[in-house]
Amino acid sequence: MKKAKGTVFKYGDNVDTDVIIPARYLNSSDPAELALHCMEDIDREFIGKVKQGDLIVAEKNFGCGSSREHAPIAIKAAGVSCVIAETFARIFYRNAINIGLPIIECPEASRGIEAGDEVEVDFDTGIITNVTRGTSFQGQAFPEFMQKIIASEGLINYINSK
Amino acid sequence: MVDRMEAKKKISPGMTMTQKILAAAAGLDRVEAGQLIEADLDLVLGNDITSPVAIREMEKFTAGGVFDKDKIALVPDHFVPNKDIKSAEHCKCVREFARRNEITNYFEVGEMGIEHALLPEKGLTVAGDVIIGADSHTCTYGALGAFSTGVGSTDMAAGMATGKAWFKVPAAIRFRLTGSLPKYVSGKDVILHIIGMIGVDGALYKSMEFVGDGIASLSMDDRFTIANMAIEAGGKNGIFPVDALAEQYMKEHSKRPYKIYEADEDAVYDQEYTIDLSTLRPTVAFPHLPENTHTVDEIREMDPIKIDQVVIGSCTNGRLDDLRIAAEILKGRHVANGMRCIVIPATQAIYLQAMEEGLLKTFIQAGAIVSTPTCGPCLGGYMGILAEGERCVSTTNRNFVGRMGHVSSEIYLASPAVAAASAVTGVISDPAEIN
Repeated sequence: MKKAKGTVFKYGDNVDTDVIIPARYLNSSDPAELALHCMEDIDREFIGKVKQGDLIVAEKNFGCGSSREHAPIAIKAAGVSCVIAETFARIFYRNAINIGLPIIECPEASRGIEAGDEVEVDFDTGIITNVTRGTSFQGQAFPEFMQKIIASEGLINYINSK
Repeated sequence: MVDRMEAKKKISPGMTMTQKILAAAAGLDRVEAGQLIEADLDLVLGNDITSPVAIREMEKFTAGGVFDKDKIALVPDHFVPNKDIKSAEHCKCVREFARRNEITNYFEVGEMGIEHALLPEKGLTVAGDVIIGADSHTCTYGALGAFSTGVGSTDMAAGMATGKAWFKVPAAIRFRLTGSLPKYVSGKDVILHIIGMIGVDGALYKSMEFVGDGIASLSMDDRFTIANMAIEAGGKNGIFPVDALAEQYMKEHSKRPYKIYEADEDAVYDQEYTIDLSTLRPTVAFPHLPENTHTVDEIREMDPIKIDQVVIGSCTNGRLDDLRIAAEILKGRHVANGMRCIVIPATQAIYLQAMEEGLLKTFIQAGAIVSTPTCGPCLGGYMGILAEGERCVSTTNRNFVGRMGHVSSEIYLASPAVAAASAVTGVISDPAEIN
């Protein structure tokens, strides 16, 4: 699998799908359009600053709330290469894997990474390196089955390939 | 998710109710928490927001077609009747997909209702079912003893195409309910109390299994409300045992056979809580999380919380019990000066019954408005969006930042009784004090 490398946007506990992509924009399902409003209600500066490959690091229960797949779609379309959190809400977790957005649970990384840090993630080993601070963390490796879904860039391609 | 697997709990011979349903659907004698399984689905659900994304994914399937046109339910309810041109395009996409694939259970305006009130009423969800829905409140059907859980659009697409879904078998938390609820305390107060106790991630990845002799005193509408908000504690599902009342409900609404599963006596639970229903009080979740709960007694000690709008409806609290208690409180009274009170029966059948019982007349005479079924205001879609700094008491399920409108607006989650009482006084109120 690939590596991710970029600058970190850092958030706290319980970042819900309503702030990731507010429902007022759900009359569209176009990824590029959704990306324009990604994180708008929690961080108005996010979409102006985010660059291709950047990472989101958050604390507990990231992606709680609605089942809207538009949330991981918006994050992926905004250019984010990986989301690291202490824990993820379960529907967001499934959705991210199913659309091929890499996510990693790692409480230590969540605590040891701050906004603006340069971070590198190796998806094969689950090792998260904070380049800015010279520290590294062992993230959870995905079960093989989930790795195959992500490697296929989503559940549908994976099923088609079976 | 994965760190819970590493708990390496001693393998028990017993299974929870949820685990038994999943084992059967996966064709296995037994399953244990943490195991990845593939289960056969009895129903796959989507709405006007999630289905268009699923339909786009469906088109990528090389196999083509749906697995069973009778086991898919498409319910446009979120921005329906169409709130704008883009929403209309989404609904058109769902409608045309339903026609093209001859989907039996597509519900057009005039027949639709809020999905999680509609499907049990139409008899499409029964005990023992395995149901996925591209809507987080799909967990509602656990009230009937089904395993049902919210998923995203891609899972919905895969479910529609293959009739299967992958699950990680959840561990469980058991809630033993005893006693019975006092006047003006309802299922909403039970679930808000629980979320306040365990937090919005207190049941993360787990099933919430309700047991105990207190269940007998809960109406089906109360149970639907409780199961509905399992997701607000992070739960994978909420589930009730199937008793005489649940069986009566299914017999009245469904022609489908149902299957009753019971937890093994030696089933293992990660945690267990006992809740004496008779001690519960009307409970309100303050902004901006459902876990920020306060009882009306605590609220009475605070400065009055002035509100601008009340919403009574949604998949959580738009059923007949909810409208009846709201009407009981609003009868012969009027909403406070400047208050907007919006009542939304969850389905056409509930709407009609409310009309026949005179409830709608009561609402209108009290200065409330009554809307056709829609999720509308709950998710900030339309029909009651909040302006900057406005406050709403709502019988819905989420009070996140910006959920119902402006990012600085505030949502207080409460029961229909508290909502109706607050509509009358203009401040968050204990229903017992106005009656």
